[in-house]
Amino acid sequence: MADYLPHTKEDLDEMLEFLGMDSLEQLFAHIPAAVRLTQGLDLEPGMSEPDVAEVFARYTSANGAQASHLTCFAGAGAYDHEVPAVVKMLSSRSEFVTAYTPYQPEVAQGVLQAIFEYQTLVSRLSGLPIANASLYDAATALVEALNMASGATGREKMVISAGVHPHWREVVRTFAQGTGHEIVEVPLKDGVTDWASVDASGAAAIVAAYPNYLGVMEDMSAAKQLSLDNDALLVLGADPVAAGVLKTAGQWGADVFVGEGQPFGTPLAFGGPYLGLFACTIEQIRRLPGRIVGETVDSNDRRAFVTTLRAREQDIRREKATSNVCTNQTLMAVTAAIQLGWLGTYGLREVATRCAQGAHFLFDEALKIEGVTAVSSQPFFREFALRLPKNASEVLRQMAGDGVLGGLALSALAGDGDRSIEGSLENVVLVTVTERRTREQIDRYVDVLRRAVR
Amino acid sequence: MRAQAQPGGRAASAPILGHEIEPTIFEMSVAGRSAYQLRTTNVPATPLAQLVPSAHLNDDVIALAEVSERDLVAHFTRLSHRQFSVDLGAYPLGSCTMKYNPKFCDAIAADPGLNSVHPGAPAELIQGWLELLVTLEEKLCLITGMSAATLQPAAGAAGELTGLLLMRAFHTANGDARTRVLIPDSAHGTNPASVTLGGYEVTTIPSNDRGLVDLEALKAALGPDVAGIMLTNPNTVGLFEEDITEIASAVHEAGGLLYYDGANLNAILGAVRPGDMGFDIVHMNLHKTFATPHGGGGPGAGPVAVSSRLADFLPGPKATRNEQGSFEWRTPARSIGRVHGWHGNAMVLARALAYIDVHGGDGLTRVAQYAVLNANWLKERLRATLPAAYDRVCMHECVLTATNLKSKYGIRGLDVAKALLEEGFHSPTVYFPLIVDEALMFEPTETESLQTLEALAQAIERIAERAVTDPESLHHAPQSTPVSRVDEARAARHLISTEDAAAR
Repeated sequence: MADYLPHTKEDLDEMLEFLGMDSLEQLFAHIPAAVRLTQGLDLEPGMSEPDVAEVFARYTSANGAQASHLTCFAGAGAYDHEVPAVVKMLSSRSEFVTAYTPYQPEVAQGVLQAIFEYQTLVSRLSGLPIANASLYDAATALVEALNMASGATGREKMVISAGVHPHWREVVRTFAQGTGHEIVEVPLKDGVTDWASVDASGAAAIVAAYPNYLGVMEDMSAAKQLSLDNDALLVLGADPVAAGVLKTAGQWGADVFVGEGQPFGTPLAFGGPYLGLFACTIEQIRRLPGRIVGETVDSNDRRAFVTTLRAREQDIRREKATSNVCTNQTLMAVTAAIQLGWLGTYGLREVATRCAQGAHFLFDEALKIEGVTAVSSQPFFREFALRLPKNASEVLRQMAGDGVLGGLALSALAGDGDRSIEGSLENVVLVTVTERRTREQIDRYVDVLRRAVR
Repeated sequence: MRAQAQPGGRAASAPILGHEIEPTIFEMSVAGRSAYQLRTTNVPATPLAQLVPSAHLNDDVIALAEVSERDLVAHFTRLSHRQFSVDLGAYPLGSCTMKYNPKFCDAIAADPGLNSVHPGAPAELIQGWLELLVTLEEKLCLITGMSAATLQPAAGAAGELTGLLLMRAFHTANGDARTRVLIPDSAHGTNPASVTLGGYEVTTIPSNDRGLVDLEALKAALGPDVAGIMLTNPNTVGLFEEDITEIASAVHEAGGLLYYDGANLNAILGAVRPGDMGFDIVHMNLHKTFATPHGGGGPGAGPVAVSSRLADFLPGPKATRNEQGSFEWRTPARSIGRVHGWHGNAMVLARALAYIDVHGGDGLTRVAQYAVLNANWLKERLRATLPAAYDRVCMHECVLTATNLKSKYGIRGLDVAKALLEEGFHSPTVYFPLIVDEALMFEPTETESLQTLEALAQAIERIAERAVTDPESLHHAPQSTPVSRVDEARAARHLISTEDAAAR
């Protein structure tokens, strides 16, 4: 018997007596007998923590992809960035970890102020004035952006570049089954969205990624023009690390910015919990999904923070709400605020710059290998796609045997028929380099790749 | 007599110093100061201008804060001291299940063998993760009495919408175009919001005078256009829907599906399973029932389990045990598609499995029993002070009402909730469910002791006395907290949601 319950035998007896009952069973007597579980749950009995730790040690030892075994060159929205001890320790403070949603602002100023600072950071990085308190991840943030666009325009058609992460596009298609949105995908040509190939009339949103998921920095003025021509919102999914040095979504004229905030202090964590970044123009504030924190004063005229514009939210507007989001990813938002506090103005720029330097160095070296070519001739930032002379999954398997997670196979990420790549996906691998990768690791990557494609 | 208030269950001793405001990190910023350190890489430092065409570079430097590591630590430590948490004291916030979060589960999730793994790594290199997910799915299905589950939804509301899309896919596959979903008037607001996003219309079913679904009204609302019903059981009033088998057969006979909102699943672990009650789709809030910490508003996790006839529609890819006994990703035949960018909130899932393993079947059953015991004890203990809205055996939470205090002394439920903060306890949920006047919803959870519950009851009694002797002071409570009552109207009227808006 292992648990965290404080009740002693004497406590139980006294509590039941107080209720005029003889047994705990009596508390459940009003549940119809026909549906009661008579034999209890069909699970093993409880185990002590050390015993459970042994079970989990079996899981962890079977994960060959952990950092101590493999050097990570995989990205696609999940990046191996530095998370220093100070960020790990501050973000794991139990006051942040074990609090609920800040419904009582008098005792939740810690989380509320941290979110206010987070909103400020997201607003600055996106170049848009309004940021919310976080959403689940980038993919679901994009869905919320489309719902916002539909609300703003009264239209259902969404024109989405195939340069948007394949998983995000799939999530958009899933939720469109409920909203009825019409999803029009725009293929890439040489890594760049071929906007002219589709009819965007009647669109609620023009959606692009910057850089796109293949790493290419597209000229966003084409997407902006298309949104203006069709009176649609421009929704940009942007890499928030690249945003440290590239033009912001706001500078490109975006109405909505979404992004994956994992690079700001959250480990790879097998894909979650991550952080959906969301920002927009003031015009869209009444349709903002999720929570937003605002500054105000208390009854003694001291500065205080509180969740505000609550009338948009599901618990008040119910079926007329702009979004059903309640729980978000606050702890990751607080973590992002701490990580960006640690990086500061110049730290973020340096991380972004080093990612670009490492990626370009590896790209140039990899192209020297016979049979390895670039998928796109266009400028990229910190991620790029290579076409290999062999099946990419096979090559990655062989590289993993040499201690290198060499990237992601496009066939696994995007699947057959994806319109982001011209021709077959089979031999294409998506590669990234973060500021944590050394010259030595990159040189080793190239050696291992050379052997694997031979 | 063991029901004596003992010190220790409340946060009244918390080291919150003074009432000054904490500056924002931007206000603390000093140009030229920094905290970051990056590793030595020896990668050629090619100037950015040679790597990125100038049309893409931002001419402006985006200003973040510039602080030392020492200042960073001091700032966020001081912010943490201005924050109530489960680790600080009892948090009887109804419907939110703020039970103790075992540290062991956090330690499990901090293991690099789990949390340094890239989500896109090939299946042969993530066998441990895949086995963990398959194991969790199996156990959640055993606990709920269902056949298969998706672990992707990142929160309860995401689970709800996923469940509604499954409902839609099921009916569509049967060539059955249905348009309405029934929801009791006591439901959480996420239910109707999710129904709208699922492409359905909401039909609200009234509650009867016992706080339960009005069965006759439900039957009258059923028809060939009804896709299903969303029910929370026990419901948001903390009461078990005793007519559940009749409700289930009526809905099924009309061709509809039953959706179980698992917000209150913690009340019935080991006692009754949604599957046995006739539910077809069940979402679980792992951050409630399985004690994963809520992080100040998230992350949660909202897996959705279904009966066998819906399994083929689940989101994919799913971790699956193959014929050789190893693990791989597979997408169900008629999958609705992904509902998350990767595989869901994996670290929350790992914590929940650790919690389930520590407790086992016997421990989970006790969890529900003691949660129900605590709620009933508190309800009875406060009978004379704050009567229950429905005078019956409740489940894991009790909805009390402050209508007496309001009519006699002008003290509202909100005043009681705020005064409780001064007593070192977190407030209950106020003004929910909407069907109860001056509702105060207490969920003590199973991890609070009898002595803490007694201390909570005495604190509420002191507040009720103040309502008689000094009602005015209650309108101004709390005063001992980091800030006093905040001006919410001003925040909404003049929106300042960033430092830059504050400066304008």
